[in-house]
Amino acid sequence: MPLPTAAQTNAASPIATRPAAAERPAVVTPLKRNAGIEIKGLVKRFETATLYDGFDLTLPGEKITAVFGPNGCGKSTLINMIAGILPYDGGSILIDGKPIKSTRVAYVFQNYREAMFPWLRAVDNIRYPLKYQKLDPAEGERRLGKLLADFDVRFDINRYPYQLSGGQQQLVSIMRALIVQPEVLFLDEPFSALDYELTLMMRDQLQRVIVEREITTLLVSHDLDEAIYLSDHLLMLTRQPTRIADFVAIDLPRPRRVATLSDDGFVALKAHCLSVFEREVRRGGGGQL
Amino acid sequence: MKGAVLRPLLPLLGALSLLALWQICTGLRLIDPFLLPGPVTMLQSLVDSLRAGPLLHDFLATIGRTLLSLLIALLIAVPLGILLGSSEKLYRAVEFIVDFFRSTPATAVFPLFLVFFGVGDSTKIAVAAFGASLVILFNTAYGVMNARKTRLLAARVMGASRLRVLVDVTLWESLPQTFIGIRSGVSLALVIVIVAEMFIGSRDGLGHSILDSQMLFEMPKMYAAIFLSGALGYGLNAVFLMIERRFIHWGGK
Repeated sequence: MPLPTAAQTNAASPIATRPAAAERPAVVTPLKRNAGIEIKGLVKRFETATLYDGFDLTLPGEKITAVFGPNGCGKSTLINMIAGILPYDGGSILIDGKPIKSTRVAYVFQNYREAMFPWLRAVDNIRYPLKYQKLDPAEGERRLGKLLADFDVRFDINRYPYQLSGGQQQLVSIMRALIVQPEVLFLDEPFSALDYELTLMMRDQLQRVIVEREITTLLVSHDLDEAIYLSDHLLMLTRQPTRIADFVAIDLPRPRRVATLSDDGFVALKAHCLSVFEREVRRGGGGQL
Repeated sequence: MKGAVLRPLLPLLGALSLLALWQICTGLRLIDPFLLPGPVTMLQSLVDSLRAGPLLHDFLATIGRTLLSLLIALLIAVPLGILLGSSEKLYRAVEFIVDFFRSTPATAVFPLFLVFFGVGDSTKIAVAAFGASLVILFNTAYGVMNARKTRLLAARVMGASRLRVLVDVTLWESLPQTFIGIRSGVSLALVIVIVAEMFIGSRDGLGHSILDSQMLFEMPKMYAAIFLSGALGYGLNAVFLMIERRFIHWGGK
C-alpha cells in the first residue's frame, strides 16, 4: 500500500471503497513521496558531556533505516530527538520538509509492558491513537481489520494486555503504531525482550508490513543481524561525541528470509559492518571486543 | 492433596481455636466470668442488643459517620493529590507539611477541632475526614508521581495534549495507589470516629456504646459492641478490597 498522504487521509472514502485486489503498491501511485528526514547542525548536550555537536544527516523517505553503534553512543537519544520526545540544544530536524509537530509519527517502545495501557483491552489500545486523528470511525475499523489480517492475528484482541504473551503484547503495540498510518515509524529495540524464535517470526511479519506500506522507518537495534536483515540502510554511529561512522546501503533482495542470514551477500555486509564497529569501539578506548 | 483441602479451612480453624480457648478460660474460671463472659454469652448479648437494644442504631450511626468522612476526604484529597503529584516541585514544597500532619495522631487535634466545629457530629466527621484525607492525598500524589514514564511518553507521541495525558494515562496509573490510600483512609476514619464517639459528647455510635456499657458494667454488651466494631472494620476493608480487585483489574500486573 502506498504511503498515506495528507490528501488521502483527509478524503478517506477512496481508500475505503477501493477493492481489496487494488491494494498493491503497483496499482495506486502515491500522490506525494515522503522526502525523508533532514538533520542539520544538531546539538545535544548533557550535564557532563556533549553527545551531538553539529551533527548532519539525511535519511531517505519510505525506507527502513537501522541505527547501530557502540553502547552509549546515543542511538536512542537520536531517534527520540527526531521523534520529538527529547528536546535538543541546537540545529534543526525536518521530516519531509516539516517540523515534527506537524508530522504524524508512531513509536514502538522496547518495553511493551510499560507502553501499553493495561486498563484498556488490546483492541482499544490499538484504537487509542485514532482519537487524535480526524478520521471517519469506519475508516479506523477498516484499518484495524486490515492490520489484523496482515499480521495474521489469531489471539483474542478483546483480552487485556496483561493476559497476552510478550510477543502478542508487542504485536498489539506495533499495530497501535501502524493504525495511524504514520509518516515516520520509530522502533526502539522492539524485539529485545522476546525470545529468539518469536523474534525471527516477528521480524518477518514486520518487514512484510512496513515494506508493503512504504513507511519511513527508523529502527534502533543492538543486534547487528537484525539491523541488517530489516533495513535498507544501516547508519553506524561512533562513540561520543557522536558522528557517522558509516552509512551502509543494504541492497539484499526482499522478501528476506531466515536463509538470508547465511547468504553470501549478507555475510559480506555483516563482516564490513563488524569491522567498522570494531574500529569505532577501539578508537573510543573501550576495546572489549 | 490433604493440604490443599485443608488450606481454605485454616483461617476458620484459627478463629474456632480462639473461641475454644476463650470458652475454656471462662469455663475453668481462669478469668473472672464477670469481667470476661464466655463467647456464647457475648454472642447472645450481641443478638439481643441488635434485635431489641440500641446497638443496631449505634452500628448504623458509626457506619454513617465513617462513610461520610471518607466521602469528604475523597472529595478533598483526590483532586489535591493529583494536582500535587503532577508537579514534583509543588509536592516537594508541601511534602513536609503533609508528612508532619500525617504523623500527628489525629486524636491530638480533637480539642482544636472542638473549638472550630463545636460539640457534635461535625467535629467527629471533620477530624476523621482530616486524618483520612492526608493518607489518601499522600498515596494519590505518589501514584501520580510514579506513573510509568514510558506510558506518558507513549500517549504524548500519539498526539495527546497535557490535559489528555493526565486524564487518559496519569489518572489511571495512579488508581492502584489511590485505592491503597482509600483502604488505609477508611480504617483510620473508623478508628477516629469510634474514639470521638467515646469522648466527644455522643448519644450514639459504637464508641459510645462500648464506653457506656463499660461504665454501667454491662460487660456482655460491651464485648458485643467491641466485636461489632471489629466486624465493621474487617467488613469495610473487605468491601473496598473487593471493589479494588474488580475495578483495578490490572493492578500489580
